[in-house]
Amino acid sequence: MQKQHTFKLKNKPKIVGSYTIVGPKEGRGNFGEYFDYVMKNDCFGEDTFEKAERKMMETAVTGVIQKAKLQPKNIDIMIAGDLLNQIVSSSYAARAFQFSFLGVYGACSTMAESLAVGSVLVDSKYCKNVVCCTGSHFSTAERQFRFPLELGNQRPPTSQWTVTGAGACVLSLEGVGPRISMVTFGRVVDWGVKDVNNMGGAMAPAVRETLLSHFQNTKTTPEDYDLILTGDLGKLGSEILIDLMDDEGVTLGVNYGDCGQMYFKREQKTLCGASGAGCCATVFNSYIIRKMLEGQYKKVLFLPTGALLSSTSTQQGDSIPCVCHAIVIEMD
Amino acid sequence: MDDKKRNETYNKYVMSKIPKTKPWPSLFNSFWVGGLICVLGQGINDIYMLVFPSLSEQTAWALTLITLIFIASFLTGIGVYDQIGKFAGGGSIVPITGFSNSIASPSIEFKSEGIIYGICVKMFTIAGPVIVFGVVSSIVVGLIYWIISLF
Repeated sequence: MQKQHTFKLKNKPKIVGSYTIVGPKEGRGNFGEYFDYVMKNDCFGEDTFEKAERKMMETAVTGVIQKAKLQPKNIDIMIAGDLLNQIVSSSYAARAFQFSFLGVYGACSTMAESLAVGSVLVDSKYCKNVVCCTGSHFSTAERQFRFPLELGNQRPPTSQWTVTGAGACVLSLEGVGPRISMVTFGRVVDWGVKDVNNMGGAMAPAVRETLLSHFQNTKTTPEDYDLILTGDLGKLGSEILIDLMDDEGVTLGVNYGDCGQMYFKREQKTLCGASGAGCCATVFNSYIIRKMLEGQYKKVLFLPTGALLSSTSTQQGDSIPCVCHAIVIEMD
Repeated sequence: MDDKKRNETYNKYVMSKIPKTKPWPSLFNSFWVGGLICVLGQGINDIYMLVFPSLSEQTAWALTLITLIFIASFLTGIGVYDQIGKFAGGGSIVPITGFSNSIASPSIEFKSEGIIYGICVKMFTIAGPVIVFGVVSSIVVGLIYWIISLF
């Protein structure tokens, strides 16, 4: 097994503020009461869904700066990403702000990527305050990766529902909030799954890889964490992960959960659950941060995963490479 | 080689974990909805023949198809057809109403990219292969018919 890099952060940057905005369907889901803002409809007052996604991310960044009791001039850099081609939503959202912008892409693992890069920048004291933001929109992702919305087709039982939502947080050394203590950057893993409707199956090996090296590098076990939370493996993917880890002699027990699997209620008919960059971004920046501040969780291992495919690579019959980054968040 | 073997075993294992769709309820819904659409078509056809007795059978068929296409496009536009499709699957895809839906839905979806690059270019993204196969198979059948008629 190759070694992946784990950074132990000396200064442990704090998450001093977080903000989430979601669509109406997400608002009716299991985490509905924890979100800061639920949109009345998917258009958000814009004439296209792409513009709505942009506005969503813009709102998340403005909201988080306010919630962290900062001014836009206090922010050094914004690290953001989304699912659209050339990550346009993030770049266009960044247009509205005066601070530097760094665009990242890790598909559904983008939140971890921006948190990881952001926390390293803050920890090294090159930046004082960093905004990390990630979002996705069901309707824009659907038309880029799948079929038109009104097409009368059936979804396969393994498919997942892209979350409409954006989450943002501010990292800083000053203030109150949960601390990021460790970051493991994952490597790209491809176990030959070609089915684009089965992202969970494709991504589970990437989580296995990152989890194993994280445990090895940090000399921890699953019992050391109050919560181990994967991004959007969904129902099937998380079952596969439990099996894969079991083969390695690591038992993922009651402290293991998956954002995608828990996101929607059963009657919302999303088959294997939620997915998309906004999925773990909105759960992390609402529920997880809130529960950590309340003291329910002391140490959380957050593992968003991303399937790094494009519609062209799929049509050419390529398998799906995936990546997973691990972030450890602690509350003093 | 080792990786290849691992991938094969893993893919086999993933396939065995995938939840299966129950064929009988899906088939039942497909058939009754599909059948209902056909009955509707026949009904429309009969009404045309009844109201306009002077119509030839061919013209009545054409009018029926146009009516069905209109109804399906209309239902697509108001967001009903995809709900029917979710329930009935092949039952609402195979009839001409499904074809109408496959043209109307990308047209609505890509309206935001303008008339030429949006609607006109994307209109046939789903129905395109159907048209190509339709034309090609009609050429093949025509050729076979011509060859047989030579003898």
